[in-house]
Amino acid sequence: MSANDLHTQGLAQLARGLEQGDFSSVELVQALLDRVQAHDGELNAFITVTAESALQAAQRADELRRKGENGVLNGLPLVHKDIFCTRGVLTTCGSKMLENFVSPYDATVVERLAGAGAVMLGKTNMDEFAMGSSNETSYFGPVKNPWDLARSPGGSSGGSAASVAARIVPAATGTDTGGSIRQPAALTGTTGLKPTYGRVSRYGMIAFASSLDQAGVITRSAEDAALLLGVMAGFDERDSTSIDHPVPDYVAGLGRSLQGLRVGIVRQHFDAGLDEATGTAVREALSVLESQGATLTEVDLPNLDLSVPTYYVVAPAECSSNLSRFDGVRFGHRAENPEDLLDLYCRSRGEGFGAEVKRRILTGTYVLSAGYYDAYYLKAQQVRQLIADDFRKAFADVDVIAGPTAPAPAFRLGDKTDDPITMYLNDIYTIGANLAGLPGISIPCGFADALPVGLHLVGPHFGEERLLSTAHQYQLLTDWHTRCPGDYA
Amino acid sequence: MSLDKDQVQHIAVLARLRVADEEIADTVDKLSRIVDFVDQLSQADTTDVVPMAHPLDAAQRLRPDVVTEPDRRDEIQEIAPAVSDGLYLVPKVIE
Repeated sequence: MSANDLHTQGLAQLARGLEQGDFSSVELVQALLDRVQAHDGELNAFITVTAESALQAAQRADELRRKGENGVLNGLPLVHKDIFCTRGVLTTCGSKMLENFVSPYDATVVERLAGAGAVMLGKTNMDEFAMGSSNETSYFGPVKNPWDLARSPGGSSGGSAASVAARIVPAATGTDTGGSIRQPAALTGTTGLKPTYGRVSRYGMIAFASSLDQAGVITRSAEDAALLLGVMAGFDERDSTSIDHPVPDYVAGLGRSLQGLRVGIVRQHFDAGLDEATGTAVREALSVLESQGATLTEVDLPNLDLSVPTYYVVAPAECSSNLSRFDGVRFGHRAENPEDLLDLYCRSRGEGFGAEVKRRILTGTYVLSAGYYDAYYLKAQQVRQLIADDFRKAFADVDVIAGPTAPAPAFRLGDKTDDPITMYLNDIYTIGANLAGLPGISIPCGFADALPVGLHLVGPHFGEERLLSTAHQYQLLTDWHTRCPGDYA
Repeated sequence: MSLDKDQVQHIAVLARLRVADEEIADTVDKLSRIVDFVDQLSQADTTDVVPMAHPLDAAQRLRPDVVTEPDRRDEIQEIAPAVSDGLYLVPKVIE
């Protein structure tokens, strides 16, 4: 393997190459930094490139390998969504509010991946505070989809998805509150995993909606996602909602066959709201699973239609509370010459936040305000319980629920920015998993109008192993996940 | 329009968020659309449904009451917009 094709390899292949001494981590990291240079001008996937510290970390990884002290990810490159705090490195969350924020500590996810030897190449662009489904709310400008630069890569983890799709890096972290890992993975032809709520620590991950937020990964295969999840998952006392549950060997579990897999299909997922070519690709994927001995059963999720309105009460309510910490006093943007304390708060926040973040804070403040709490917030948490009950009943009969990840392939930048509701409906198939705290994965399953389509699999709580093995077995039978946008081969 | 300009201005004060004059019309329009959209929830029958407190029904755990964090005040105040003698500076609150 020459330095010219290192970017084409996934994490597992690169790990073997490093192990066999085919190339060093320094050579690998330098080759990928060259790709950032060559392609990020047009993609805008990175907010910060940490070239110098990446090369130093790669050098350390090579030394550790010589001494035989290497961790499972030793010398392997990745990027972090700019929502994860990284000590001594700019952490903007895609916002003017944190334009100059250099974090004084590392997120647990960052610490664990670095501890296993992973090398961070930079921080990726995202919708501001992860609020968006197109990457267009970023203060640093939208990310472009490598499959068509006039289109959105999805969001909010759009920079992570685009950089993996364009073969700049083999893997990226992301976060998913309503679909922010899975929808961009679908729109860019990558593999995106959102684990069970509480599976991966939220410590140091800038909070948007704390009862929904979960960290995960965007990779080129389920095998690579399994490798990373094994390092990231596990109890963390610094996250009060972290769940103490054993972490299985996800890589070892990949071999489980599709024979006897019970796949649930939700009728509403294939109704009039679904793009025709997307539906065709997803149905073909389901028949591949069936051909390998999986059984398809229809399951009923009667309250699913209310998942988007439920989410748009719960998520803004939690966001309005979480984002109250940005006050212009301790860190972040501060308005010039405030008249008084109220003016300092109001103007620092008014100047530091973009339009979508302001809308969500205002929506959240409204639904929590006196006289409206019962009608909106309490009601939404009751409907959320009904949605979670629907899933619980469905998982008594099936192992996974399968369907499309997004209603249509990547849309044009600017197409959905006028009406917030149109944008919110992008996440119609993914939000249910967040409301119920369930794990979900999106994997490439074909094309619609030359743009990638994602197959969405949802499992019961802590069902990541079965999701990953199902996705891996599908990827052994198909090559959609190996397709690369022509200009980035 | 389910919300008017005065309501939005009131919510903005509660949220400690300045909404500029040129942003207000668009904010009223879009917030109204969001509120109309989430109003569908009122159709759901939630009689006797316990509101969700945690997606996995987990309870908040307690930790032993011991000091775990070192003093990093100087380092943490390096990123503050205005400090003096270890204190955060804000406009005068008490005359």
